[in-house]
Amino acid sequence: MTTSTASRYAAEYPLIAAALPGQTLPWLRHLRSAALEQFSLQGFPSPREEEWRYTNVSGIEKKLFSPSLALTADDVDAEWLNEHKIADAWVLVLVNGRFSSELSVLADLPVGVSVMSMADALNTQAEKLEPYLGSAASHLEHGFIAFNAAWFTDGLFVHVPSKLVLERPIQVLHIVTGADVMTVTRSVIIVEESAEAKVIETYISRDGVYAASQSGTDSTAGVANAYLTAAVTEIFVELNADLTLYKMQSESEKAYHFGGSYIIQNRDARFTHHNFAFGGLLSRNDIHVDLGYASECELNGLYLGTKRQHIDNHTRIKHLKAHAISRELYKGVLDGRARGVFQGRVIVAEDAQKTDSQMNNRNLLLSDDAEVDTKPQLEIYADDVKCAHGVTVGQLDEKSIFYLQSRCVDQETARNMLTFAFANEMVDKIKIKSLHDKVLEQVLIRFPQEGVNKEWL
Amino acid sequence: MLQIKNLHVSVGDKPILKGINLEIKPGEIHAIMGPNGSGKSTLSHVLSGKGGYTVTGGSATYQGKDLLDMAPEIRAREGVFLAFQYPVEISGVSNIYLLKAALNSIRKHQGEPEVDAMDFLTLVKDKVRLLEMDEKFLYRAVNEGFSGGEKKRNEILQMAILEPKLCIMDETDSGLDIDALKIVSEGVNSLRSPERSFVMVTHYQRLLDYIKPDKVHVLAHGQIVKSGGAELALELEEKGYSWVEEAVA
Repeated sequence: MTTSTASRYAAEYPLIAAALPGQTLPWLRHLRSAALEQFSLQGFPSPREEEWRYTNVSGIEKKLFSPSLALTADDVDAEWLNEHKIADAWVLVLVNGRFSSELSVLADLPVGVSVMSMADALNTQAEKLEPYLGSAASHLEHGFIAFNAAWFTDGLFVHVPSKLVLERPIQVLHIVTGADVMTVTRSVIIVEESAEAKVIETYISRDGVYAASQSGTDSTAGVANAYLTAAVTEIFVELNADLTLYKMQSESEKAYHFGGSYIIQNRDARFTHHNFAFGGLLSRNDIHVDLGYASECELNGLYLGTKRQHIDNHTRIKHLKAHAISRELYKGVLDGRARGVFQGRVIVAEDAQKTDSQMNNRNLLLSDDAEVDTKPQLEIYADDVKCAHGVTVGQLDEKSIFYLQSRCVDQETARNMLTFAFANEMVDKIKIKSLHDKVLEQVLIRFPQEGVNKEWL
Repeated sequence: MLQIKNLHVSVGDKPILKGINLEIKPGEIHAIMGPNGSGKSTLSHVLSGKGGYTVTGGSATYQGKDLLDMAPEIRAREGVFLAFQYPVEISGVSNIYLLKAALNSIRKHQGEPEVDAMDFLTLVKDKVRLLEMDEKFLYRAVNEGFSGGEKKRNEILQMAILEPKLCIMDETDSGLDIDALKIVSEGVNSLRSPERSFVMVTHYQRLLDYIKPDKVHVLAHGQIVKSGGAELALELEEKGYSWVEEAVA
């Protein structure tokens, strides 16, 4: 990172600062200025940093993305948007990083439950937010979090009071409509004691899905937009509470996506993550989980890369207390010249006896030019623990292809069947029907090969 | 049905089959027996189109067509069925889907319409009963987590539904206990017809106690060294393979 990129952003900052939410809150002003200072010093992370060895963000540095300060909900076709909304969910829509009330569906929330934009929450619930915002994701961790803290324009705020079980899922729909835009959002989700919730994060651009650009009325019809998404979500799952978080990332094929999910689990809390990374030219997910006593987390991931996509997943699970369980399975399918990265760290602290941890990463390379770098890491400081990890990188099994051929299936279809079956294991874990169908559709559309048939399920 | 003439096959530079001649008429059952390494499995693989083998000479003609020139799936659609020695587990693809896809592609190949969903289900359930299988196997992934016996039964189930003209059975008896062997044999016997031929590749005589062959051939060092009737298998069981091998050497 050259600090010149950082200083270019920093020079712009005073021009937009007044338009950022929470300017009247001293604690937030303080946080933002500390983060800005940090970002000015270190900029975006460089491949010289160990955690960023495989992630080259120089593409981001060549451009200067600008925040979109005007609300552009008019640009969004309601019918198109509806296709991306999850049926029977509360939907909060962010257009270019700004909340759009008219596009959102937030009626009939149970009493005591907050689902609102971050900007609104800073206006009406600042005291509730103060102890949480910035406490799970420190701006000192790396340049993207500092950047996010300084620049965030909006986000999602969810608060579920204790013992309340939300029957319907909450969806936050991130839409980008223009080129060279940066959308910087900060979200906070708090699930109080013994409460239960499901949250879906969807990232799409008006260009539509990867390699399937819709023709539009503008002059850039059919050309994917380059833009930057930097989204940080801080999650607090309190005593015996339960949260399932789904992330569906189908950004434009020229987009840069940095997504960070930072989760703190209290005693006996349960957290399940389903992370679908399909879009973007360069995308990276950081998922950090801190596990309390006897808490459980399950991290599932599927990344599909083609052409020159770079898809990066970094997970870090910290077993801080005893008796916690972590389960992790990430699967990748890489074709063309795509590159995938999986870095999975599990840290077991000295006090975390009886830890039970399993981590698996399985990859399928469909072309000679596709590449994956996988790096599972176990750091164990306790002596009575059960930890396992496994990694596979391979091609389709020739014996399986021949078996299917001998059962009348042509070779290309046989390859598709096997690839699809490999990926579909992760799609099948989705328990919300309408989301399941949408993700499945995305897998079918984005699949590197043709002829995939839903009937194979 | 099938004429094999002077067939030579190599793996890499190493010749495995060195001039096989065999003629199988409709309705016949031929047993190919021989010691380990004689080329038995190579023969069944080459006939069904598995990769990794080079045909260096000779021919195999199936119903007047050059069999060796066809892709494996075309052979299957033309009615050649290989029952695997080690059926492959295909996770994520359900057994019943594969059955239906296979049957429909055969029908399409023959210019027939796709099978009616209800008729298909009735057909499958009949055959499942015949093979004393649990219906739940239909909805599981192909061979995944099946025991050795269940996998072999599943092969016969596929054979019963696809109704091939030429069945090549590669060491079908290996790994089967006596009860499973009986069920599998009854399944095969029920498929016998004047239009359907079988090639049974086996190391042991015991399968032939249940499925009576018309012809028995002994394969050694890549050649058929002796042919005879069903009684040849009994003789082999009694004397072992060394006497035929010695007779040639």
